[in-house]
Amino acid sequence: MNDWINLHALWQIVVVGLLAGAGLPALFAVGLRALSLRPNGAPAAAGADAADDHVVGGSPVGIAAAGLCFAVVLAAVGYGIYIIVNGG
Amino acid sequence: MGNETLLVLVVVTALAFDFTNGFHDTGNAMATSIATGALGPRTAVALSGALNLVGAFLSLSVAATIASGLVDTHLVTLTVVFAGLAGGITWNLLTWFLGIPSSSSHALIGGVVGSTIAAAGGHAVLWHGLFQKVIIPAGLSPVIAGLVAALGTYLVYRISRNVSAGARGHGFRIGQIGSASMVSLAHGTNDAQKTMGIITLALIANGSLGAGAKAPFWVILCCALAISLGTYTGGWRVIRTLGKGLVEIESPQGMAAESSSAAIILLSSHFGYSLSTTHVATGSILGTGVGKKGARVRWGVAGRMATAWLFTLPAAGLVGAGAYGLAHVIGGTAGVVVVLVLLLAVSGGIYYRSRSSAVGHDNVNAEWTGSVAPASAEKEVAAV
Repeated sequence: MNDWINLHALWQIVVVGLLAGAGLPALFAVGLRALSLRPNGAPAAAGADAADDHVVGGSPVGIAAAGLCFAVVLAAVGYGIYIIVNGG
Repeated sequence: MGNETLLVLVVVTALAFDFTNGFHDTGNAMATSIATGALGPRTAVALSGALNLVGAFLSLSVAATIASGLVDTHLVTLTVVFAGLAGGITWNLLTWFLGIPSSSSHALIGGVVGSTIAAAGGHAVLWHGLFQKVIIPAGLSPVIAGLVAALGTYLVYRISRNVSAGARGHGFRIGQIGSASMVSLAHGTNDAQKTMGIITLALIANGSLGAGAKAPFWVILCCALAISLGTYTGGWRVIRTLGKGLVEIESPQGMAAESSSAAIILLSSHFGYSLSTTHVATGSILGTGVGKKGARVRWGVAGRMATAWLFTLPAAGLVGAGAYGLAHVIGGTAGVVVVLVLLLAVSGGIYYRSRSSAVGHDNVNAEWTGSVAPASAEKEVAAV
């Protein structure tokens, strides 16, 4: 414990901050990616098919995986609100 | 019981500060959503205003006085609080006019510290607390937020590189609205409490409340309304700098920036650091520019902001000290009234100047041409 900087709090803020602040958007991106999967499992081509902007690709596995990702993100947001309500 | 007239003046001034706090900080939550078109400008400020209102009611745990741990509260009088608020409001308005997102918390702390020094001398300031709780976290928080946002941006682009551009834009805009809402909520909780604390402090100093009393309901309600109304008014000049001036932002970057801001603000308040939302949000937005390949960051704009941040505490402190000095020389309620009239004159003057290069919901997203005023109004601002 440093007298000027609380190193104990600092490293937790950095680590949990990375998990929540960068990890959750990444997980959201994984969800979007899964959601856009085609039924045959192939990802929708990016450059070649730019006009295709269907968010839902139609793969059942992809949709299930996406649902899981979004559920985790929502749960984390809910926990964040819980922290606010309890006075941080 | 103390002086009722003085108390009313202090409460009204505190609410005015709360209002400037709201409109100065709308951009922290909503600038990126407005810049990417995830939300229309007016929808964005309405949503943010409503969430600030909700946020102010969500947590009523501590009326955390901004002064405790920073100055010797026994030496704080109503006039000191008033002069500190005058310093905070002046700095907030000036930086808003220049379109610089600077910290409202620092403006308030600077003002109160300055007026305390003027009233009781340097020994009344707890310098160790000031460094430990305010200055060092202020230096670290934008860097941490920037790092998190940079990593988040990199990951998001890497993971979604095979998703078509249309689907990606659509999906991330939804995520962006969610993450920006979290920042608004956190802002209402954090910043409205600061003013509640100041008013409670004034009530205690006046003897209207017992020492250690909690904020009464009318204080909570008034502060929540003031900050929410301020947010809804929308500090368009600051929104423009954050959304257009620093980095050209796409929706995945916006979502990464807001997620990083929300995470860092909530975590820090969990550890008892009441950080500046502004510093965190600015760091995050810069981070998304660093994390995306080929994105251009306007470091000149960032440098101007950092300079303003360095000046925030001392400048607001000087105004606070000056305001106290003037009120003290004239003395009593009359002194406070004179300072209030001066404050109103300065505020009016800044507002009047801002009309000649107005930024509003209609031109907030105009192409960045090197200044906060959109091209059509640039001439006037160049003359400032």
